[in-house]
Formats: sequence, C-alpha cells, structure tokens
Amino acid sequence: MKPAAFDYYKPETLDEALSLLDEFGYDAKVLAGGQSLIPMMNMRLARPPVLIDINGVQGMTGIEVGESEIVIGGLTRHYMVEHSPEIQNSCPMLAEGIKLIGHSQIRSRGTIGGSIVHADPTAELPVMLTALGGKVTVVSSSDERELTPEELFLTYMTTTIEPNEIVKSVHFPVIAERTGHSIEEFTLRSGDFAIIIAAASVTLDEEGLIESAALCIGGVDGIPVKLEDVTDELIGEAPSEEIFAEKCAQIVDLVDPEKDIHASAEYRKDLCVALSRRVLKKAADRAKQA
Amino acid sequence: MTEKTAESSRLKTITLKVNHKEYTVDVEPRMLLSDVLRDELRLTGTHVGCEHGVCGACTIMIDGRPVRSCLVFGVQADQANLVTVEGLESEDGELHPLQKGFWEKHGLQCGFCTPGMLMTACHLLEHNPHPSREEIREAISGNLCRCTGYQGIVDAVEYAAKEMRERAE
Repeated sequence: MKPAAFDYYKPETLDEALSLLDEFGYDAKVLAGGQSLIPMMNMRLARPPVLIDINGVQGMTGIEVGESEIVIGGLTRHYMVEHSPEIQNSCPMLAEGIKLIGHSQIRSRGTIGGSIVHADPTAELPVMLTALGGKVTVVSSSDERELTPEELFLTYMTTTIEPNEIVKSVHFPVIAERTGHSIEEFTLRSGDFAIIIAAASVTLDEEGLIESAALCIGGVDGIPVKLEDVTDELIGEAPSEEIFAEKCAQIVDLVDPEKDIHASAEYRKDLCVALSRRVLKKAADRAKQA
Repeated sequence: MTEKTAESSRLKTITLKVNHKEYTVDVEPRMLLSDVLRDELRLTGTHVGCEHGVCGACTIMIDGRPVRSCLVFGVQADQANLVTVEGLESEDGELHPLQKGFWEKHGLQCGFCTPGMLMTACHLLEHNPHPSREEIREAISGNLCRCTGYQGIVDAVEYAAKEMRERAE
C-alpha cells in the first residue's frame, strides 16, 4: 500500500510554515519525523491533501538546559535527547524514558514535538510530560501560547492544538534536589507499543521522609493519568517497599483500562500496581543517593 | 530550496548520494524512499516488508543513522548521504565482517530480513565494539526474522564484533 497523492511544501522558516498552515488549515498536516504519520499514510488511514515538511526549518532543533527548566526544540529528534549528557544529569526520567521509544531506527527520525502532538496515551513522552508537569509552547502566525499537559491532552490522539499551530518547544523541569526519577513499561517485545507505562518522581526531605511525589500511568485512559490520590498519601511517610505496596494497592480502583487482544483489563490493572510500586521504590532509592 | 508551488502532480528532481555514488531522479513526492531505491535506482538489496515501520527489513543509513526507508519520502532524502546493504562490502569485493558473520554462523535462512539486520547491526558495532548478547538482542529488536529464532543472528553479530576488534588492533 502506498500513500495517496498530496501536495508537498518544504518551508525553510517557521513563519513560512505557519503561513502555509493558515492557507491550508485542516487540509494540511505537518510532517516532522513522520514515524507515526507516514505509517498511517502508508496504510491510507490518513490521506492529508497537503504535507508541510518542516524538516528544513531552522532554529527548531536543540536542547537548552537552564537553571530550572530544560527547553527542547520541537524538531529535536529522540536520539539527540537520548545521547545528551546534559539530559542525563538534569532530567534522568527523560534520559531513561527516551530509550524506550520505538527502536533506534525510529529514534533517528522521530521528534519530540511530533510525539507530543500525536498524543498517544501509551507513548512515553506524553506520560513523562504529565508526570513531571512540563509545558509545551505552540505558535501560530498571530499568537504564541504555553500549555500544561492538562490543557494540552484531550483524549486519544487528540490535543487542543489548533490546525494553524506548531509545537515550537517542549519544556521539562530540571530535577530538584534530593529527588529521584524512574520510568518503566511493559511491552510484548522490546521497543513495541507499551501495554502500561508508569513514571514516578520522588523528593525526600532532609530527614529522608517523602516531601513530594508524582506518579503517572500511560495505557489506561485516553490521556496519561496522574495518580495524585496515591502520591498525596505518601507525603510525610518514610519510603519503604511496604508503604509503596500499601498505597499502590488502591490503584486497581482508580484506573479503568480497556481490554484488547494483548491484555485483559484486570491484567492491565495488575500491571499498573506492580509497575507503580516498582517506579516509586526506584525513584525513592535514587532520591536517597541524590 | 523552498517549494512555493504544489508538487503533487509534478515530479520533483532529487539528488541522492547512495554508497558514495550520486544519483539524480525524478520522483513523485508520495514515493517512499524504499521504493525510490528499489524501483528508480534498482538497488534492490533494501527489502520492503511491512511498509509501515514494523519489520525493519528496509533499514538503511541516512547521514550515519539507521532509518526505516519506508517511513521517509524520497523527496526528504534529497542531498542526504545514504548507505544501503550494497554499500557494506569493500570496493575490492571483500565482504563486511557482518556479512561474513552471517555466512559463518548461519545468521540467515530465507534472507529477507538480512539487509535490515545488517544495517542495524552495523550501526550497533560502530558505536559499541563490545556488545553483550543482551545488547545485540536489544539493538535488533526492531528487525523481525521469521526463520532463525535469532540465535544465529546474535552469533553472527558477536562474530563480527570480534572480527572488527581484531582488525582495529
């Protein structure tokens, strides 16, 4: 199967790309890494009449690590983040989670912005953005705005980004002191789409008690699910396998996954509990060493 | 070059550098790079399996990185440096250590996945001369083989790693 015919544009500047989007609106799709879009076009599940290939747009690639924030250009490819030593130090969850995206062939092309706007709830980046409370900057020819994950993700593969907007950059917070990160997923084959992903961040106070924690699960709903009910109860507790097991047990009642050919809903719930315990424990262990 | 006009109905002229040789061809924008290589350049070593990024048979190198050529449009590779499986053997016809490894260790049966396996493994060994069996398995996890159970392929990559280390010394 081959893609249906389309009109192809290759702008060199962001302004040019945005004015093409203004011109074509819903008819146009932005082509960045293409690792989700092109498979859909190959199967003719998507047949956009116009493709705006932004791979030649200057100034949208790169990683800047500041005092409190990491800014990653929307067109930055996964492998660039994967191999960035700065990311290893400033955001261990991102360093760990990016390796779980597809295979090396996919990470060669796929982009940070593309993965976020594709908004697959079982994809690593939307889960990490939600877990860490990152932000996305989107631009149109007339406006620029910042969106939190809660404002961005609507449901499966759907965001609040307008058809004339492009993700200019994605922002992650730099890891705080006495904090540990962890992300794990369950897949049928290394690099495949995840059945369940769990990501956690744990911050300890000076006495070693849990000061704050975040836990986010992918694969149980149309958007990544942040489990504040669980993490709120962890505050002030001493991190231990027992406390994580106790608090994570309630997750079976907090998530409502669907079943499919790969796993039943019950099995997915079990995975949520098991992976949550594991990432919280690992994040806490790492926080102790931080 | 900025395209001010739509290109769907018209062919676009692109220049590809494949295995150190330059090719100029006219392609429709919707033509996948895998098809440009096979149908336009007659470089049929690159195999096309699933055509939606699952099987890895069409893996080639674009500017030094392994990429699935069925997930890139030919027009996007204009001016890029490509290496396909045809580019692995040396100019005097000596097989690449990986090709030798697949021969020696029975790393292929039907051979359909082999070009993609070779290109993926090639990238692994360039960056990791001492891969563990686990790392080899991880690296080739994006390439499907329906015949071998992967044992021979992992053996072949190990063989090539050793061979390449010895050559480098």
